[in-house]
Amino acid sequence: MVLIFAESTNGKFKKAAFEAVSYGYRVAQAMGSECAALVLGDAAEASQLGNYGASKVYRIGDASLRHFDSQVYTAAIAGAVEKLGASVVILSHSSTGKSLLGRLAVKLNAGSVAGASALPTIGDEFKVRKNVFSGKAVAEYVISSPIKLISLMGNAVAPEATGGTAEVAALEVALPASRITVKEVKTIEGTVPLPEAELVVSAGRGLKGPENWQIIEDLADTIGATTACSRPVADSDWRPHHEHVGQTGVAIRPNLYIAIGISGAIQHLAGVNRSKVIVVINKDPEAPFFKAADYGICADLFDVVPRLTDAIKKFKAANN
Amino acid sequence: MKLLVCISKTPDTTSRIAFTNDNTTFDSNGVQYILNPYDSWYALVRALELKEQLGGSVTIVNVGPSSNDAIIRKGLAIGADNAVRIDADPKSALYVAHQIAEFAKAENFDIVFLGKETIDYNGSEVGAMLAEYLDTPYISYATQMDVEGTTATISREIEGGTEVIEVALPLTVSCAKGMAEQRIPNMRGIMMAKRKPLKVVPPAESADLSTVSTYELPAEKSSVKMLDPENMDELVRLLHEEAKVL
Ligand SMILES: Cc1cc2nc3c(=O)[nH]c(=O)nc-3n(C[C@H](O)[C@H](O)[C@H](O)COP(=O)(O)OP(=O)(O)OC[C@H]3O[C@@H](n4cnc5c(N)ncnc54)[C@H](O)[C@@H]3O)c2cc1C
Ligand SMILES: Nc1ncnc2c1ncn2[C@@H]1O[C@H](COP(=O)(O)O)[C@@H](O)[C@H]1O
Repeated sequence: MVLIFAESTNGKFKKAAFEAVSYGYRVAQAMGSECAALVLGDAAEASQLGNYGASKVYRIGDASLRHFDSQVYTAAIAGAVEKLGASVVILSHSSTGKSLLGRLAVKLNAGSVAGASALPTIGDEFKVRKNVFSGKAVAEYVISSPIKLISLMGNAVAPEATGGTAEVAALEVALPASRITVKEVKTIEGTVPLPEAELVVSAGRGLKGPENWQIIEDLADTIGATTACSRPVADSDWRPHHEHVGQTGVAIRPNLYIAIGISGAIQHLAGVNRSKVIVVINKDPEAPFFKAADYGICADLFDVVPRLTDAIKKFKAANN
Repeated sequence: MKLLVCISKTPDTTSRIAFTNDNTTFDSNGVQYILNPYDSWYALVRALELKEQLGGSVTIVNVGPSSNDAIIRKGLAIGADNAVRIDADPKSALYVAHQIAEFAKAENFDIVFLGKETIDYNGSEVGAMLAEYLDTPYISYATQMDVEGTTATISREIEGGTEVIEVALPLTVSCAKGMAEQRIPNMRGIMMAKRKPLKVVPPAESADLSTVSTYELPAEKSSVKMLDPENMDELVRLLHEEAKVL
């Protein structure tokens, strides 16, 4: 059986959970096996997972699972794997998934691939691909243990509705007492968090100063994008630190990345070069970012960005 | 306070990436190696700051061959008191974590620090594995950490926010930006590092459950389409019809 840990926050699933279930469904099909999802804590919408291919949803509802503790979650997932006899376990490659994958590997004595970028190849060997060297190469791993563990990179597969339904069943697993106390959870309201954003508008030192960000925010608001920035911009406190993308900041892979007034240093590219489509706006024709771009506009950003925003507004009005 | 920092060696980001032996082996020819930035900038420096504040010692550990010694000495030059190298090829995350656990078990460290990930394999796996072997809580992606008595208060990054956690020692923590400011070793540090102890220990018996079989370079990006800055409608059309992202 393929078991997917479907992450939820306050009972709600994120896109990553649907991606993981869709991925697990296809793995199960390739293996001629069943696909079940596991939900921990509150999850009023658990049956939704049926629509992405889960034939059954198991839920461990202990109140202690309301807060994330990698030790307690590991015990819950490992307990479910053993009870259900799962041979492939899939997590999201999120802050939660990354804290669990390694623990589960040790606990279940299972080989793991962190951040898979494609479906496994299943034959004599079980092979899984992932990006390595900050996206500059792809490595194919062979997992040789009876239980196989995968965390799925965000935006690597699109969630696909199957129209199926799933029954939700309670599961009992003995859990250890938590040794941590979560004092506070602060969320940034409003926009989609960067690691999950499908559309990102990012700006660099070419903006000259924090007072000029209005044109960036207007563009982002118009397409419903999340804003990001280069490191020097965050370091100078022009923008909040959580917007910093790149090797030392957040690594993202949105469908669309619009880079404005960013030169395209290799450390910046390391965090964004897995974006599906890259648009670069820069006045320097020699800017290295153009080499990594799909579409380039060589012009003064202060002219071009408002014009792009207007063009999108016009397009939206015509298509509504 | 007995502190351990796990440090790894990675190719500098600007290195050319290539493979040999039928794409089964990373080609280290001409590659410039560095201490993994998360390990040296954040994990090691925060450990040193806590030692300065609370007393104790900072040990660094690396799983790797003798050619790693120069990089390990850099960690000593930044300020670690002593180093341990487990003399083995770091074949996989599980292998590395098992080796470090076998060494650390007997030492009873109060806090084990790691970087949030290595910039070569980008796995973020070793920390969670080590925490499981050592049976400690694991706090990943820490951006701030204070210790008072036997309790640590840690902020960690989560998707779209932060979480503040209180946890009793011993614990395992992986470090991200915000934990500390990078320290550049000075001349005195570099001289002293030459005399600090670097112990080499043999590896423990350990199995490999997940290994790289082949590497591949991604397909070259087809060249950029340069567009007329006067005609943004054209860009919108391409993003909608050709790229299908709008
Ligand atoms: C170890 C290490 C790690 C690093 N990690 C990161 C990281 O994670 N993320 C990151 O971003 N950087 C990182 N850096 C820094 C990186 O090397 C670059 O210095 C940085 O990305 C440059 O930021 P920028 O492109 O905003 O600024 P610049 O390099 O100054 O580029 C500004 C660009 O704006 C263009 N421009 C100026 N005015 C206009 C205008 N009016 N219209 C149009 N275009 C204009 C210019 O042509 C130029 O290309 C790291 C560096 C090191 C050494
Ligand atoms: N060979 C190694 N020796 C010691 N520590 C390591 C080694 N490889 C990785 N680590 C530690 O584990 C962290 C996470 O690595 P990874 O799981 O490869 O992303 C790194 O930031 C280091 O702190």
